[in-house]
Amino acid sequence: MTIEGLLGRKVGMTTLYWEDGRSDGVTLVEVGPCVVTQIRTAARDGYEAVQVGFQNAKHINKPSAGHLARSGGRFRHLQEFSVDELSEYEVGQSMGAGVFQAGDIVSVQGVSKGRGFAGGVRRHGFAGGPKTHGQSDRHRAPGSIGAGSSPGRVWKGTRMAGHMGARTVTNVGLKIALVDEDRNIIALTGSVPGAKNGIIRIELKRRTDAETRPVLFGVLPLEDETPEPIVEAATVEDVVDDIAEVSTDDADATTSAVEETTDDAVEASAEVEAEAEESSDTEESEEKETTS
Amino acid sequence: MDAAALLPAKPRETIEEFRPGDTARVNVMIREGERERVQAFEGTILRGSHRKDHIPLAGYTFTVRRVSYGIGVERTFLLNSPLIDSVLVTRKGKVKRARLYYLRGLTGKKARIKERR
Repeated sequence: MTIEGLLGRKVGMTTLYWEDGRSDGVTLVEVGPCVVTQIRTAARDGYEAVQVGFQNAKHINKPSAGHLARSGGRFRHLQEFSVDELSEYEVGQSMGAGVFQAGDIVSVQGVSKGRGFAGGVRRHGFAGGPKTHGQSDRHRAPGSIGAGSSPGRVWKGTRMAGHMGARTVTNVGLKIALVDEDRNIIALTGSVPGAKNGIIRIELKRRTDAETRPVLFGVLPLEDETPEPIVEAATVEDVVDDIAEVSTDDADATTSAVEETTDDAVEASAEVEAEAEESSDTEESEEKETTS
Repeated sequence: MDAAALLPAKPRETIEEFRPGDTARVNVMIREGERERVQAFEGTILRGSHRKDHIPLAGYTFTVRRVSYGIGVERTFLLNSPLIDSVLVTRKGKVKRARLYYLRGLTGKKARIKERR
């Protein structure tokens, strides 16, 4: 099973050590889970590809909902990847970090950090003007932008201040240092465009053998170790379950209390009654005050 | 979820606690062709510290200065590198700075550091 790539989320950078003593700066990327949302066939679409969805959308419009209905998800990002064998994929199939192997060479595409309207010094590496010798207002000026009356205009493409960053950038030749299938995390040697939590497209270019193994300090799962569960990922659903359980418990408690009060038997229920009477009394008195 | 939490470094027992001003012996693995041996670099911790109850950043470094044949030599080590065999503190120093760069300009009696007890 070989897919050209997957979508991922940039987690951040750290340092990874290899068994031979070298170290590399690596970017950790959460890859997937990506779910197949559509199969592009040569007969219908003119080319073969697999469309995958990544991350849950907060809001989704009707046409998107209809398109995604068969995959069973609500996805925020959709991208297509070419595959070796189309018949191995079906809509609704989920993929993660297992698509990649340590040693794979990939290219990654993301949207770089936006710098806003940046001057020539930052945007193009201009030197700016002298800091001293009577200079005023010339410290970060771009200098000359062309000759005089010939050509009498500014050449197209002259480097000037303007909007910088927030454009699609591709980094090529990154190597996968580490694959953690349990947590859907991969480590890429080098940097990845964009900010943390940015969406990146990872394309598999070729496979190489991973010559050396990374040194792990017993945190990422080694072959014979069971991984630690991720606390953050687990809590969201657990909390939802807890809320559901609590709410049903409350409902049961209130119904039983009502039954007890009708029987007029237990002290606890009498207390509840008393509280209820008190509250009703105060309400009534307030009403009287307002009317008078 | 941040990167440091996913791939944290784990402090090793062979690295003793140290802070700036301490004199420490850093045992470094050296590879000479096929042979591996341990080489010691002993000097004053100029910058960086290590506490057992604190997990250092993966790329944390510290700098050691020694005066070798009258020439000041400084080496910066990666604390978590597998090439660091061990760090042994031979003398604790009492200093009032986190970074002892002022030692670079001093020699002899002026370059002394009081012992911490």
